[in-house]
Amino acid sequence: MSLPALRIDGVTKRYGSLQALGGVDLEIGQGEFFGLLGPNGAGKTTLISALSGLVRPDSGTLAIMGHDVVGDYRNARRNLGVVPQELVFDPFFSVRELLRIQSGYFGIRRNDDWIDEILASLDLTHKASANMRALSGGMKRRVLVAQALVHRPPVIVLDEPTAGVDVELRQGLWQFIRKLNRDGHTIVLTTHYLEEAETLCGRIAMLKAGKVVALDTTANLLRRFATHSLRVRLANPARGVELGGTVAEAGEAGEGGWVDFGFDSYADVETLLARLREAQAGLIEMQLGEPDLERVFVEVMHRA
Amino acid sequence: MPERSSTPAPVSASAPRIEPMPPESALTGFRTLLYKETLRFWKVSFQTVGAPVLNALLFLLIFSHVLDRHVTVYGEVAYTSFLVPGLVMMSVLQNAFANSSSSLIQSKITGNIIFVLLPPLSYREFYAAYVIASTLRGLMVGAGVLAVSAAFVEVPMANPLWVLTFAVMGGIILGSFGVIAGIWADKFDQLAAFQNFLIMPLTMLSGVFYSIHSLPPFWQDVSHFNPFFFMIDGFRYGFFGQSDTSPWLSLGVVSLCFVVLAALTLAMLARGYKLRS
Repeated sequence: MSLPALRIDGVTKRYGSLQALGGVDLEIGQGEFFGLLGPNGAGKTTLISALSGLVRPDSGTLAIMGHDVVGDYRNARRNLGVVPQELVFDPFFSVRELLRIQSGYFGIRRNDDWIDEILASLDLTHKASANMRALSGGMKRRVLVAQALVHRPPVIVLDEPTAGVDVELRQGLWQFIRKLNRDGHTIVLTTHYLEEAETLCGRIAMLKAGKVVALDTTANLLRRFATHSLRVRLANPARGVELGGTVAEAGEAGEGGWVDFGFDSYADVETLLARLREAQAGLIEMQLGEPDLERVFVEVMHRA
Repeated sequence: MPERSSTPAPVSASAPRIEPMPPESALTGFRTLLYKETLRFWKVSFQTVGAPVLNALLFLLIFSHVLDRHVTVYGEVAYTSFLVPGLVMMSVLQNAFANSSSSLIQSKITGNIIFVLLPPLSYREFYAAYVIASTLRGLMVGAGVLAVSAAFVEVPMANPLWVLTFAVMGGIILGSFGVIAGIWADKFDQLAAFQNFLIMPLTMLSGVFYSIHSLPPFWQDVSHFNPFFFMIDGFRYGFFGQSDTSPWLSLGVVSLCFVVLAALTLAMLARGYKLRS
């Protein structure tokens, strides 16, 4: 049986009266693309910080590729690359100097071949000699990714890597991260862009108030929690609400009268339309919506 | 609440196993941090080395102009000659402190301290790298002040080993002070308070500009509670073969200071005080 990439057992962390982590148990397999989702303050960054040794848990254990993050911290940290949430950089150095220094911290000298490869993959080769201060925000973000990869860690944690990043860079970044995952790296991602998590992650854990409130494959979560939706524009929307619908926002053209209905299978649509006709709701337009992670997220957070 | 056992972590059989790059030597991480800390001040050497040398020379120029013809120390030593070792040591101490403290507070405030905290560096390696880099900067500035002063003032050196010993010990002690201040301070003004209300008075009142024998007996006694006095007095002994107190006593006090400060700094780092919550 293969060793899990990450194993988190009963981890708690309290800051004064705030319970940041309330007994988190997680196991993430090697080669997974794993999503860690939750609202602000759910404990995602605290959990990542506990993995990387920046936060010391009050109780529980964490292991990276079998190495305890406290007892065997050197090997644990060699196996982990973290892309931090904040756009931080050292203004004294050029990109290449920074990557060489970061390699050295991990005990690796003469790492230029791998550094060149990372720079090329992240489209930073032409900026290798540039000082960090001279880079745009997007480039600084890519350097952060490069820094996390200099020691070729099997496990890579990305803490909201696309926050405030433009669409083009975001797509390029995901292409690169997907390639790393195909190459065998385990990826753990936190993001507020739920469509990204839905597209990329094979499995997802949702945190709320420091606890895991949902943990399953993305497909299972979509199946279990999200319903399809039928959005109808009615001449008499009050009739739709009487039949269990909820008033929706105005359409793109600003027109009102939209009402949402949820349903589990397409067979229910026929029944629903028949009931609307009987109620003389006056159907004008209709749209079908597929289940998405945003609905799952809202549903899970509501239930937890 | 979902149980981990109900959702076992899938393991991709096709995913190749990735191994992290092996470290070349156990000391590479420490050496890299030392290199980075040294490079950091060297890249701005006008500010970190050149400017303090110029400051010390201005002190020398002004004090020697005012006092050289009126004051002699240890019987026959000219005041300007007496002043040079004091200024050299003051430069060593202040710059060693400035190096580690400013590096740490900047890294904490900008957030790039994370790049040093994520790698597999031990707290001992962290301490040693910051303190050695600080000592190197202190010694470079001190050597600069001495070299330029020697062009104008006759400065004997009776025992270079004492000079080197006290300079290195002073650098290490103030480098440790700088680590403590840099970790403790959350804002630049807290660091400035540490520097202006502790380091600066202790340095200025340590006998840089005078022999404590010129002080009233009460202030002579008070000076003996200032560890910086022993650093400067022992250092000066290396130049003139004379000092206000025994160089062995100075060495003992300085060594004790080093042990206490190193233990305190290492304890802070081991606990992760203000670095790892």
